Amino acid sequence: MEVRYWNQHLETLPQSELRQLQLERLREVVGYALQTPFYQKRLKKAGIVSPEDIRSLEDLKKIPFTVKDDLRQAFPKGLLAVEMDKVVRIHSSSGTTGVPTVIYYTADDLDRWTDLLARSIVATGVGPGDVFQNMMSYGLFTGGLGLHYGAERVGLTVIPVGGGNTQRQIQIMRDFRTTVLHITPSYLLHIHQRLPEFHLTPADLNLKKAWMGSEPHSENTRLKLQNLFGIDIYNSYGLSEMNGPGVAFECVYKNDMHVWEDGYLIEIINPQTGEPAEEGQEGEVVFTNLIRHAMPLLRYRTRDLAFLHPEPCPCGRTSRRMSRITGRTDDMLIINGVNVFPSQIEEVLMSIPEVGTNYQIHLSRHEGLDRLTVKVELYSKLFTGDLSHLESLKTRINDKLRASITINSRIELHEPGSLPAFEGKAKRVVDEREKL
Amino acid sequence: MKVRQISVFLENRKGRLYEVCSLLGEAEINIRALTIAETESFGVLRMVVNKPAAAIDLFRKHHITANLTDVVAVEVPDKPGGLAEVLKVLSNENMNVEYMYGFVEKFSEKALLVFRFDDPERACKVLASAGINVVGEKEILSL
Repeated sequence: MEVRYWNQHLETLPQSELRQLQLERLREVVGYALQTPFYQKRLKKAGIVSPEDIRSLEDLKKIPFTVKDDLRQAFPKGLLAVEMDKVVRIHSSSGTTGVPTVIYYTADDLDRWTDLLARSIVATGVGPGDVFQNMMSYGLFTGGLGLHYGAERVGLTVIPVGGGNTQRQIQIMRDFRTTVLHITPSYLLHIHQRLPEFHLTPADLNLKKAWMGSEPHSENTRLKLQNLFGIDIYNSYGLSEMNGPGVAFECVYKNDMHVWEDGYLIEIINPQTGEPAEEGQEGEVVFTNLIRHAMPLLRYRTRDLAFLHPEPCPCGRTSRRMSRITGRTDDMLIINGVNVFPSQIEEVLMSIPEVGTNYQIHLSRHEGLDRLTVKVELYSKLFTGDLSHLESLKTRINDKLRASITINSRIELHEPGSLPAFEGKAKRVVDEREKL
Repeated sequence: MKVRQISVFLENRKGRLYEVCSLLGEAEINIRALTIAETESFGVLRMVVNKPAAAIDLFRKHHITANLTDVVAVEVPDKPGGLAEVLKVLSNENMNVEYMYGFVEKFSEKALLVFRFDDPERACKVLASAGINVVGEKEILSL
């Protein structure tokens, strides 16, 4: 198999040199972290007042974990390590309890991130001459812009379509002879189902490869989609806290994702104890961002569960490989690639007086796309007898939900007492989607 | 001259309408007029009954979501153009009909219809001054 590198030196760095580079970069980001109100306090408590207090990578363990809630507590600027006039980009995600999280980047941060995306792209055997159609959403979500700039750096022809509008996507694939996609598994399946409407089969297209991300999926789903389209599909992993996509990416061998360890320091821990998991054992993935200076994040708990392959990959890269995400330590839902917490939905519902206390979040899949149905009980004292009030209530609930979770839901109104009631811990999420 | 209508919130669920109606039957409450406004997943049952206060108590006791709305019961000549005559009066006065439905039985030689208006008080006045008979709750209850 032909193996191409973007930066052969860094990608094949012997383990000992890789660890030394990580240590140097860790010291550098600790230096930036000490500029932030949030970490100043935290690190001082841990006995770290200067980058020199990190003597070896072992000293990483002195640093307390950072969690999602810390990002919210520090909103908006508690984790900002540089002056605002050095910040050239902001990404943000919707907040689980109303407060969003924000990520800042300097021009150099973006440059380093983009370079890792270029590396990811080349690792999948894609290069100049390829036509890349980016079907991930642009905007505050990092998935769209991240791969976009990486692809331009490599020299692909980039078509920045963004998400949705299947008819247009298919026309563009046909007209511009697209060779590579960045897409979620459910959307790729949806496109396959829609092709016959345009009198097309996958063989009429020029597709060769796809980078698949944003949604957990199984090896079987990958194989199924590869067969349906006759293409190679590569798994990718990222999160905005670690810049965005391109934290870990599969190479042409497709045997799980190389973590770009010169950019991101990975630990796998036991989520209950916080202690390191046994080598090769599944645990919670913890990352330290070694390349972002505007907003350092040290030992960030992703709540994703995965394990590391200790053995080397035939491609010759020395970075370790991370498994697919096998689960979550929290109740986060992924709906058409968007992260949604049930608590966000509850928060909105409980702010609407006409809604009773019981509700249910129902997930199903139709034609390859996820559908979110929110079933609520009407609060009987606020029933006016007027049908148009009920219709406008449904619209109002959906509008308020969309403002928080960014996606549309179908609202069902139910009679009080008609939804299942629970003693103790309520089970409010019913997920009927087939496992991908 | 307003009449109290009972509106009941109903899920689209098999047997739900039956459950609500049989409760009324057991309590010897008689339905005089009714209609159902429906959407994909729920409906609103609207009715005029002979004992509105008792019906509301009964529904609340059984945790059925219901409330009272003021409507106007109007006698309409039972002949071609009869309803149009009434609507013309309303239209001339810019009165908007939100919805309307018919009674099960006749009150006189004329048909009896239920109208819902934004402003039922004003509707009663407009209709009465045009010589159209607005029937009161007492008369309805005696049906």
